[in-house]
Amino acid sequence: MAFISSGYNPDKPMEGRISDIGPRHFGEYLPPVIKKNFGKWDYHEIIEPGILLHVAESGDKTYTVRAGTARLMSVTHIREICEIADKFSGGYVRFTTRNNLEFQVETEEAAKELKTYLNGQTFPGGSHKFPVGGTGAGVTNIVHTQGWVHCHTPATDASGTVKATMDVVFDDFQDMKLPAPVRISMACCLNMCGAVHCSDIAILGIHRKPPIIDHQYLDNLCEIPLAVAACPTGAVRPSKVEIDGETYKTVAIKQERCMFCGNCYTMCPSLPLSDGEGDGIAIMVGGKISNRITKPAFSKVVVPYVPNEPPRWPTMTKVIKKILDTYAEDANKYERLGDWANRIGWERFFEKCELPFTEHLIDDFRDPAYYTWRQTTQFKW
Amino acid sequence: MAKHKTPLLDQLESGPWPSFVSDIKQEADARAKNEKGLDYQIPVDCPDDLLGVLEMSYTDGETHWKHGGIVGVFGYGGGVIGRYCDQPQMFPGVAHFHTVRVAQPNGKWYNTELLRNLIKIWELRGSGLTNMHGATGDIVFLGTTTPQLEEIFWELTHDLEIDLGGSGSNLRTPATCLGMSRCEYACYDTQELCYNLTQEYQDELHRPAFPYKFKFKFDGCPNGCVAAIARSDLSFIGTWKDPIKVDQEAVAAYVGGEIAPNAGAHAGRDWGAFDIQKEVVDLCPSNCISYEDGKLTIDHKECVRCMHCINTMPRALKVGDERGCSVLCGAKAPILDGPQMGSLLVPFMEVNKDDDYQAIKDLIENIWDWWMEEGKNRERIGETMKRLGMAALIDAAGVPVDARQVQEPRHNPYIFWKAEDVEGGWDRDINEFRKRHQR
Repeated sequence: MAFISSGYNPDKPMEGRISDIGPRHFGEYLPPVIKKNFGKWDYHEIIEPGILLHVAESGDKTYTVRAGTARLMSVTHIREICEIADKFSGGYVRFTTRNNLEFQVETEEAAKELKTYLNGQTFPGGSHKFPVGGTGAGVTNIVHTQGWVHCHTPATDASGTVKATMDVVFDDFQDMKLPAPVRISMACCLNMCGAVHCSDIAILGIHRKPPIIDHQYLDNLCEIPLAVAACPTGAVRPSKVEIDGETYKTVAIKQERCMFCGNCYTMCPSLPLSDGEGDGIAIMVGGKISNRITKPAFSKVVVPYVPNEPPRWPTMTKVIKKILDTYAEDANKYERLGDWANRIGWERFFEKCELPFTEHLIDDFRDPAYYTWRQTTQFKW
Repeated sequence: MAKHKTPLLDQLESGPWPSFVSDIKQEADARAKNEKGLDYQIPVDCPDDLLGVLEMSYTDGETHWKHGGIVGVFGYGGGVIGRYCDQPQMFPGVAHFHTVRVAQPNGKWYNTELLRNLIKIWELRGSGLTNMHGATGDIVFLGTTTPQLEEIFWELTHDLEIDLGGSGSNLRTPATCLGMSRCEYACYDTQELCYNLTQEYQDELHRPAFPYKFKFKFDGCPNGCVAAIARSDLSFIGTWKDPIKVDQEAVAAYVGGEIAPNAGAHAGRDWGAFDIQKEVVDLCPSNCISYEDGKLTIDHKECVRCMHCINTMPRALKVGDERGCSVLCGAKAPILDGPQMGSLLVPFMEVNKDDDYQAIKDLIENIWDWWMEEGKNRERIGETMKRLGMAALIDAAGVPVDARQVQEPRHNPYIFWKAEDVEGGWDRDINEFRKRHQR
């Protein structure tokens, strides 16, 4: 490999340097019909799963074909997306917040033709490349994090748990038969880069063993005061240990105070939490972001732990499928998963979903915990 | 021929949902074949080694990535996340495998020329693997070596006129819904505001000067497709002040079954005929809708703009004309002090492009000044708010106190009165007091 210079001169880093220019203006990338009718849309309809129609005040119409993807994608895959966009949608394509693709076409016939084409593209292993769906009262694509693919703090994998889950709920990605949209999110540790705290169903990687202390290296790799300050429960304190006659400055951990958040590890690489036996997944449900009918709501932990079972996490997907199917069967039209659980009562939710209620599910973290306990004699037998 | 055996990952190639494993394998093959004769600038087999290290994680249930080191481009304190494998001898192709965050076009619209130009850089100088897109909204280039960082930055800025995104304790890359580009609900031009503020605050985006990360997100309406209320320290959510516009003929068409309710979103199941009383009137959270004698009436003063009636009958009901945004502050994921949603700071702001959004910028800068003064190291603004109180933020932001800022008044009488709130102040004379009250 011969180094290919871009033109950058490492001896004179400021020479010809361009910085602080931000993104390109989005106006350069709008398809003509979008540009022409910008801010002048009249209404929309979902023609069939994965196909939207938008009608402008001018009478112009545009059809959107929405397809799922894995958010981890290769340049070869993106090149194929470009070829599709060039062939079908005038060389334009959009990505959605939830990692779907959207192509704009002019007619319903063209949309259906593109849908057929996209649904026909498969990888050699048999999976779809661009399954069409993700609209209306169904399950759309999962927003997620890096997991074991590229992160130092995960308690599980992201891409694998997402693939395993979407395979199980795929029918609901391609259809619109649920009472309301169901938004599934995945975050591979409590840092929640995936911000799963307001999702209908959340998959969350958790640790269950306190950090191991790498005493002989800690003082060289970390600022001890920062590691101490990082602990939200005050479980970490400065300490000294003697190993083979030598004294090391380090930290001590009050293990019974650890809530396994991993914030100390973020500040100090000598405090790893990751553990094949300890790590796994918590499942949370009932959050939402939309203000529709009810207020935005946090997700609640309903399964404190399921083990990591790569590659397909069967216990996790079984729980998710059971919750989804029970909701689909029991909820009213327009009722989000959390609104359904609130209406029937959470005691009934556990009963219907056949989930055990354990002491781990009673909140004991600071003031907000109190507001989750029951301060009424109203409850259901 | 695969470099590593990956029996566990191979099981993720079946099933209907797109397989990231198949895609990484496809990239590994493409690089091995190298039909274009590229002189790859990082190890050709890095996708193979990524599969290898991932298979190891699938086997032992633990990650094999180390903490990031301090890597980046000259003059920036963000945009690159250092990443190193903890088994570099076994997987040399990903021994150094840094992430590069690239500023996405707002609303995530692309033409194929831009996409091809981006992947051309990344194919030569990186792993050829990406995230489209990262959780905050950036284009994420997944895996390159340190010597390539300046080269990638140079080509992005010189050839594509595109910058890096944010990371660390700085303004993170702002993100927006698709707004007016293709949505009739957009109450303001989310993309233009997002673009304008991104450009205005380039320094804050690239050079960490904050206590911790800070995110802006822009939702065009209370449906919240980009999750601003849950995921951004400062959320700008479209809203309006005047009545919802009602087209009674279109209402009749919904009632008569000529138009599918909810834009057809429930078409996969037979829910029976549309019942406007049950599906719209009875579900209104503020009970402000009535339907009598074939006429839909909305008591505008009582409407809380939840969007349900509009979502259900988008051809009959339209958001009002006096549009702007609500501003909410302090959303974050649970680390460390529990999850928070944005709390309403400004019920209504005009979104005025003509004066370059000055009122919004003044608000942002007041909030930042307060947080930079008061915030502790690694404290999100939502946590500073909890520690010092919503009223302190309202005061610092220079916005009026408003009953809309709370769900209900305080539950306790522990009011932190100030001396100037009280007649005569706090300076009292004990001798004067004793003239009235014996010891």
